Parts: sequence; structure tokens; C-alpha cells
Amino acid sequence: MSNVPSDLKFAKSHEWVRVSGDTGVVGISDHAQHELTDVVFVELPEVGRQVKAGEACAVVESVKTASDIYSPVSGEVVEVNKAAADDPALVNREPFGGGWFFKIKLSDPGELGALLTPESYKAQIGG
Amino acid sequence: MLKRTALFAAHQKLGGKLIEFGGWEMPVQYTSITDEHLAVRNAAGIFDISHMGEVTVSGAASAEFLNQVLTNDIRKLTPGLGQYTLMCNERGGVVDDLYAYCLSGGVYFLIINASRIEPDVAWLQARAAEFPKRGELRLTDASHNYAAVAVQGPRVKEFIGEVIPGPSSSALRVATVTDLKKNEIGGFAVPGCGSLLVSRTGYTGEDGFEIVGADEAMQKVWDTVLAKGQPFGLKPCGLGARDTLRTEVCYPLYGHELNEDTSPIEAGVGFFVALDKGDFIGRNVLAEHKSGGVRKKSVAFKMTGKSAPPRPGYPIWAAGAKVGEVVSGTQSPSIGIGIGMGYVPPGMAKPETPIEIEIRGKRAPAVIVSKPIYRRN
Repeated sequence: MSNVPSDLKFAKSHEWVRVSGDTGVVGISDHAQHELTDVVFVELPEVGRQVKAGEACAVVESVKTASDIYSPVSGEVVEVNKAAADDPALVNREPFGGGWFFKIKLSDPGELGALLTPESYKAQIGG
Repeated sequence: MLKRTALFAAHQKLGGKLIEFGGWEMPVQYTSITDEHLAVRNAAGIFDISHMGEVTVSGAASAEFLNQVLTNDIRKLTPGLGQYTLMCNERGGVVDDLYAYCLSGGVYFLIINASRIEPDVAWLQARAAEFPKRGELRLTDASHNYAAVAVQGPRVKEFIGEVIPGPSSSALRVATVTDLKKNEIGGFAVPGCGSLLVSRTGYTGEDGFEIVGADEAMQKVWDTVLAKGQPFGLKPCGLGARDTLRTEVCYPLYGHELNEDTSPIEAGVGFFVALDKGDFIGRNVLAEHKSGGVRKKSVAFKMTGKSAPPRPGYPIWAAGAKVGEVVSGTQSPSIGIGIGMGYVPPGMAKPETPIEIEIRGKRAPAVIVSKPIYRRN
């Protein structure tokens, strides 16, 4: 079954966030990359963009379809992963590592409480 | 309630990811569209095409009737031969595109699109009711009697004889199935499978065969193809790879390149419209279109820079104006860039014309290319 690391928080829409200090790294889960298969293009937000939790701010494209990526938390985009834009298959190979999408400076760390724990995300994806 | 083919359990067993297509629940992929696509380009793949429809037309007046309702010249078909053809309305718009086979004298077998079975059969029955020699014509929707698979790829000829052994016993008489040439069809009595129709046709741009038979027979054929083909690199393939394969070689898909308001000439399949065969439905409009009077023209294009893949519905721009729309688009697994087809005004439909594709509000550069987009070296 899909790998679900224990140090992350998840959105129902399959994004994860790993927080250290006031900054979170955002990506999509192993389950999501497996469902998409063959990621061929990644469109990242502009650095400096203010996003709200649940706002579509990136796009991941497989051979078949384009899917929106929603920020799991509110804040300012402070860095994007150019390596994933250059080599979109990184999202398939390392969904929880090198295949991250963007870093965000959290404006409301309280929102983390509304996200899924690894256990509840695992239950949602049935595994 | 979605319809399921006789091979539904086989798709579930293989872990196929299921989607709705033309009212059917079909596998879009088993593992990866790219891997399945490349298996067909480099080795072999098997597709469930049981959702497609079959219509039999027979009787002394069957050829005359079909030459009224189809654009290609059915008289070119002798028993055992098939042809790509189209069915048009009076406005020259496409009711469907299909394959017509002659199985024996006065007996024709039509393979039609899954999403068009009901409109096609209604159209054919209405035209048959008006046909003066309707007493010498029998028209049957046999879609529910058949399942079908396509086995496609350069290595298929190395193992298909193990799936379909022996000489054919009806339609084209050949000693072995690999003696069938492109567009030929033979009937084979296969032990445990009854009678199977096998044609050397496909929708991928590769060599291959399409096999039609009863449900239980095709379940056996599916398993046999997997077993005999896997040593040659065969993979089960879903509709996702079927779509990327046909897009690379620019075969039209009904509902994308073709519809009731688009003519075969506009769609770039005018080669299959035989104006010289006498009158047929849509002929007047099609003759005008052939002599240069089209409203739009289908073109193939490639993205020229790094961009998201083009998708159906995206606007096409040229020289600062919106000039058309993408009807098929994907990332090409064979060449690794975005490709597609779309409609533009006839004056712009020339290879090497620069265009732009609007993707989520931003325009990305592309260029019109000659068809097919992908060609084996």
C-alpha cells in the first residue's frame, strides 16, 4: 500500500505539509502520484503569492489530465521547487522528498489542527 | 448504469483503473499510459474494444444501400476485404466513421464507435426504410453478440499464430493468420472459441490485428494473448494509451475531430470520400468542400517550448487573434512533447505555420506540422 510518513499533515485532497518553525513544505502524497501516474508537467505558484488554505495554486499534469493542487495552509509562497518543474517525474519518484512543490510561510499555524493526521489520511485512502 | 464488456472481470483482475467512456465502464490504464503506449510502439499491447458496435448488412441490395449511406466506394470490397469509411448526413457532417468489411457476396460487417451505436442504427434504419429495394436488404445491430480485442505492435506477428492457429475457413482464405495483409479479414474456427473474425487493422499506427467473437470466446482469446504475448513484451493497454497512440498518428476520434457539423474533408479524411462512385448522402456538400470550399481545416501541431500539454477545448491563436480550438491534445509518450490536433481557418492550415495554444490564460508557442505527428524511423 501507499507509503505515509508520520511527520506530515494531510489535506483530504491529497496534499501534505511538513512544518518546521513558521514554514511548511507542500507536496502531494504517494497515493496521489500513484493515481495520477506519469506526471509530465508541474506548474508552480509565483514566489510572494499569498494563498489561502484550500486555494488552487499549482497544477500537476499527467498524460491524461490536469489536476489542481490546493494549498493545505494559508500564507506566503516563499520558495518553489524548480527541480520538479524541470523534471516532473520527480513527483512520481520522490513524492515526499525531492518532488515537493512549494514552501509556504504560515500565516495561521492554527489551521494545522484541521488537517488529517497520517493515521486518518491512511484510513481515507483505505490503506 | 454503465455497461460492462465481457472482459470486465479480466480488467479488475489486472488492477485496471476504470473510467466511463461512451456509456461503458472501461479501463483507462493498468499501470501507466506511457508504459502501455511504449509497449505498443516497441513490442505489443492488447486492448479491449468490446464496447464498439457491430452491424451486419446483407441481401442482394446491400452493396447498393451501403454505397448510398457511406462515403467510400463499397464496390472495391471483395470477400475478405475491409475499408475505412464514413457515414454522413445531408449537410456532409459526419454521423460516424467506421470500418466496413465484406465477409462474402452480399454480406457486410460494419464496426462502429461505441458512443454512436444508437444514432448510427437509428440513422441506418431510417435510410433503409426509404430505400427503394428495402425488400432485398437485412440490417441487424449485432453489437450485443460480440466482444472484441485489438492486438497491436511490431512484435504481434511473432505470436498471433499461436492464438489464432490454422487456416481461415471463411471471408479471406489464408493458410495462416499472418498471411492476412492490411485491411484483410478472415474467419477462423479456433478450438474452444468457435468462429472468430480476425482483421489486420488497428487504431495505433502499428501493425496488428483486431479479433471479434462471442463473449466467452473472447475471454479465452484475452487470456491466450496475454500468455503468448508476454514473452514478447506484450502489455494489457487501456483507453489512455489508445488515445495517445491514435493522436500521434493523427487518426480522428468521433466527438473530437469528427461530429455532425464537420465534414470528412474538413477533418482531413477526404481520401475516403469517393465522389466518383455516383450519388450518396452528403455528396453535393462534400463535392463543394473537395473543390476548396471548406469552412475550417484540421491540423496537427507540436508545442515548441516547454509547456503544459495541450488539451481539448484550449483556444488556438495566430498572429494575435483567436483562430480556432484544440480538439485532441496530450503529452506524446513517443516524442516527449505536447502534441495535438485542432481546427483553424483553411488559409492557416499549412505546416510550419507558427501558432499559440492558450493554456490556463497564458499562450504557449506551437507549430503546425504535417500528419502524422509521429512516424517510425
